[in-house]
Amino acid sequence: MIQALLGGILIGLAASLMHFGVERIAGVSNLLHEAAFAGRKAVGGAFLAGLVVAGVLLGQVSGRAAPAAASLPTLAVAGLLVGFGARLGNGCTSGHGVCGVSRFSTRSIVATATFLATGLLTVLLVRHLVPLLRGGS
Amino acid sequence: MTGARAWLLSGVGGLLFGVGLVVSGMTDPRNVIGFLDVAGDFRPNLALVMASAVGVHAAFLRFGQARSSPARPSLLPVSRRIDAELVIGAGIFGVGWGLGGYCPGPSIVALGFGRLGPVVVVGATLVGMFVADLVARTLSGAAPSPDPSDAPAGSPW
Repeated sequence: MIQALLGGILIGLAASLMHFGVERIAGVSNLLHEAAFAGRKAVGGAFLAGLVVAGVLLGQVSGRAAPAAASLPTLAVAGLLVGFGARLGNGCTSGHGVCGVSRFSTRSIVATATFLATGLLTVLLVRHLVPLLRGGS
Repeated sequence: MTGARAWLLSGVGGLLFGVGLVVSGMTDPRNVIGFLDVAGDFRPNLALVMASAVGVHAAFLRFGQARSSPARPSLLPVSRRIDAELVIGAGIFGVGWGLGGYCPGPSIVALGFGRLGPVVVVGATLVGMFVADLVARTLSGAAPSPDPSDAPAGSPW
């Protein structure tokens, strides 16, 4: 619980730093897209590098480098949908869920509610209904 | 904003953001899927992470808005147009999120863990983005704006 609260506070601070210090929305999908596809290698790359460094530094702490929850083929499909959906919807959990919601953006609130709903339904389907139909656990 | 200062602040921002993601447990896909798994191994932590992040950021935005000049992003009008691509895009995003338990931020942080899973996710995410852009370009010439709150200009969908 405390870790969730502390982590969330850090995320909020980081988003605020980006907003006021760099005048950019801390939306990872758009920053990723910019770093990977845009002609100019702008601040997105630096932000992403920071993300990776955080992973490298803390990944060695026990229990943090958690194993994947799905098979590699499933992860590939998952990634495709996440990337496609984020571009189409112009944002992800950080862009819409944190930054947009904090600005009381109706678009972001709708987007966040939508991906929470489909995420929930997906887990329900994959983790419960499908195994049930197969006669599994 | 460009220049060395922007790069430095962005790097710090990414580091802070990444540390927040790891500390809160959001880089563990089991915590994400667990949050979405209302019928099973339910893990509520994601809600607390989101709430505290929004709480902090909204407070800064409110405080900052009082001292902003017209050029600052916080005073830009927030589009209210709810269009099909927003809902469909978010919907599709959610399916991928529920399948793998990863969204872009955590998957990139997890690249630092040295496992193959996040590499596959990030690679596939880039491909998915490329495909979305390709389809958008095929239908028209517009690209989405970098502000998630804005409706895409000249959206082709």
